Amino acid sequence: MSRQLEEFRMPLLGADMEAGTLVEWLKAPGDRLARGDIIAEVETDKGAIEIEVFTAGTLSKILVEPGKKVPVGTPLALIEREAATEPALVQPLLQPPAPAVAPAPALPAAAGGRQRVSPLARRMAADLGVNLATVKGTGLEGAVTREDVEVAARAKGRPAEISAKGEDRAAGMRRAIAAAMSRSKRDIPHYYLSTMIDVARTRDWLADQNRGRAPANRLLPAVLQIKAVALALREFPDFNAWWVGDAAVRKDSIHVGVAISLRGGGLVAPAVHDTAELSPDQLMRALRDLVSRVRGGGLRSSELADSTITVSNLGDRGVDALFGVIYPPQVALLGFGRITERPWVVGGQVLARPMVTASLSADHRASDGHRGSLFLARVERLLQEPERL
Amino acid sequence: MTQEEIRNRVLECLGKVAPEADLATLSPAVPFRDQLDIDSMDFLNFVIGLDEALHVAVPEADYGALTTLDDCVAYLTRQSERSGGSPAPERQ
Repeated sequence: MSRQLEEFRMPLLGADMEAGTLVEWLKAPGDRLARGDIIAEVETDKGAIEIEVFTAGTLSKILVEPGKKVPVGTPLALIEREAATEPALVQPLLQPPAPAVAPAPALPAAAGGRQRVSPLARRMAADLGVNLATVKGTGLEGAVTREDVEVAARAKGRPAEISAKGEDRAAGMRRAIAAAMSRSKRDIPHYYLSTMIDVARTRDWLADQNRGRAPANRLLPAVLQIKAVALALREFPDFNAWWVGDAAVRKDSIHVGVAISLRGGGLVAPAVHDTAELSPDQLMRALRDLVSRVRGGGLRSSELADSTITVSNLGDRGVDALFGVIYPPQVALLGFGRITERPWVVGGQVLARPMVTASLSADHRASDGHRGSLFLARVERLLQEPERL
Repeated sequence: MTQEEIRNRVLECLGKVAPEADLATLSPAVPFRDQLDIDSMDFLNFVIGLDEALHVAVPEADYGALTTLDDCVAYLTRQSERSGGSPAPERQ
């Protein structure tokens, strides 16, 4: 079979990314590569990201050594690929491939059985000269946390440098968010809609489902909200799109990005791939996995690059509603506030009902308020039939 | 298991979901959510941690009994006593 060399480039992992630092190669020249393999780890303002390769072949040559920061698009390595396979992905944000494998069904060990280390902990360990192999992780699933590295660093007598490292990372995260949100507010003419949804049926259905389940198998309300949005997008594909150039490009797949806050500040919104295809149980496992990897390390490049819409839930923080800023090139964001009992008229009677405010932030270049209203109404109707989610 | 042992296990579980928190300064009678930056997923992971550490699968209906450290210890102590020290309530 004929073979040809192809450049593997520093991927674009979000609208705000300009450059990344090659942290570690996870494959060596001569290693066989399958679609979806994690080939390297790259440090960005949003932390350390595992970079997947989307072509089958052999790693031929490494062009950028660990520790070097290079702009997006810089060739990182040469891959000798089989001519029969599809071309490698160069810019995931513009042409994301389908993931090679479905999201992991449960909290997995890090790829290849590697030690699970939070991005911040990894960076701090490098800066403070702490050998991660000697650090015992105390976080979820045994992840090595910032605190674990700090303990190890203090043991080495380097406490003075510790706090400054965390501040550097927080500043980088804020710069990344500032760039993306400024671009969004500058370029995207947002419009906002909201509706109050009676979630009594959802609440009762969830309580019934969770009764008798071990805690590890229980569902959270956010799962049903995300699933309802994903299903509604099938009927309203104009909100499942990216704005590219001067037109909205509808996406074939529905990859809902879920806003997840980071401890110590900042947030990321990685994608749950093929969200509409997942059952609530599968979606819950995917969500737990994502939260664990956002906070513990192991986020993958396709998860940062593939989101076709974002769902944000600030109900836990006590707010009634949120009106989010769209993450470009996406064209919509759904927000959910807290679920709280309110007086609500049902059948002519005022009753106490569990209510949540759902909001839509949408790009007026890609859709109008009329469509937005119908989309939001569809989300509401879906939440009235939780057994069908 | 003594109350002190249960308290230590609860603190270990909290430390895993909120590793940045200084649990030495945690006020035992003040709700966790007023002192720690934890969301629904964190709280569920806390409950999962209690299940793994103490073999107590706290039903959702009893989540209100886990509001503060003192509440947690009291609730888990009761559950432990009811089941002779190795409780394993509802499970799927």
